[in-house]
Amino acid sequence: MSEIEAKSVVYCGVCTFPPEYCEFGGSFKRCKEWLLENHTELFEQLYSEDALANATSSLSLETEAKINQDLQKKQAKEEAKAERELKKKLSSKVIVKSISRTKRKQVVAISGLEVFEIDMKKLAKTFASKFATGASVTKNAEKKEEIIIQGDVADEVEEYISKMLEEKGLTDVKVEQTEEKKIKK
Amino acid sequence: MFKKFTKEDIHSRSNIKSSVQRQLKSKFAAQFPDIEAVIDDIVPKKSQAVLVKCEDKIQLYAVENEVVYFQQFDVLIPSLKIVHKYPTAFPRVQVDRGAIKFVLSGANIMCPGLTSKGAQLPEESLSTDTLVAVFAEGKEHALAIGKLIMSTDDIRSINKGIGIELLHYLGDGLWNLHLD
Repeated sequence: MSEIEAKSVVYCGVCTFPPEYCEFGGSFKRCKEWLLENHTELFEQLYSEDALANATSSLSLETEAKINQDLQKKQAKEEAKAERELKKKLSSKVIVKSISRTKRKQVVAISGLEVFEIDMKKLAKTFASKFATGASVTKNAEKKEEIIIQGDVADEVEEYISKMLEEKGLTDVKVEQTEEKKIKK
Repeated sequence: MFKKFTKEDIHSRSNIKSSVQRQLKSKFAAQFPDIEAVIDDIVPKKSQAVLVKCEDKIQLYAVENEVVYFQQFDVLIPSLKIVHKYPTAFPRVQVDRGAIKFVLSGANIMCPGLTSKGAQLPEESLSTDTLVAVFAEGKEHALAIGKLIMSTDDIRSINKGIGIELLHYLGDGLWNLHLD
């Protein structure tokens, strides 16, 4: 009996499947590009001329054609969805509001972050430890989630958020800073 | 099982005592005898295993933020990543190309999908409730992990109805779960 050794598996960087299953995901084109760039040998193995010619399937031609059609439709749908999401992300703004509380105290409310798939609770905790004040996640009048940070930290918050967005690659998003003289009871 | 599974379905996380960890390892090795040689690679001896309790009485066991195996009631089931690494350690079943699309959306596997031309059933007969790794015609890596609802002999003879119940498949909630 031969010793079982771990097989090292390459997972596609785009869809996280093993590359041979990329055609069943929604992003086949991008997967192929990624594979060509990163693992040319695998690309040759899977998509070269001979490989495609050799790939015999037990199904009849019609069923194969139908499967291909379905997959293409699914990919087109997924591409449209990804485009829409990207557009939404780029067009949305993050609003940083400073609200006056009692006398000299202020709170900062950050809204418009849900589109970016950021974990609100974790972010609030990071803010709280960073600025040494209280921070929490609440829902405001528009039923959207907001992070409320106590204290007058609006400038630093804006900097931090723009940095964070840059890291994620969404540099076009605007971070707006406004002030509100809301009198909170 | 993990069709609609997100981070929000996790209830709690706790470290596991090393005695319990050892018990789990031996249980896993007892279920899949071929894995005994490499079990120390999967779950290193001095590592801290974490028990993640989830919705529906599902328990995940993770080492260094990667789920290695999970269980619902009694049976320990390896995660797909482990099956990819050690494909020969698990009983292998193959489905034909037409079934891939359905398996990847979490459907159970019907008997005809296991007895048709592109499919392969193992030579030895496996009984009901055995865990099998599902492979696909023309593909090198496992597609999913399932439990046999009918024994392989029954699947071959009756050839009707559900053959394998799918527990974990490529791209499901567990596959996309990131524990941080």
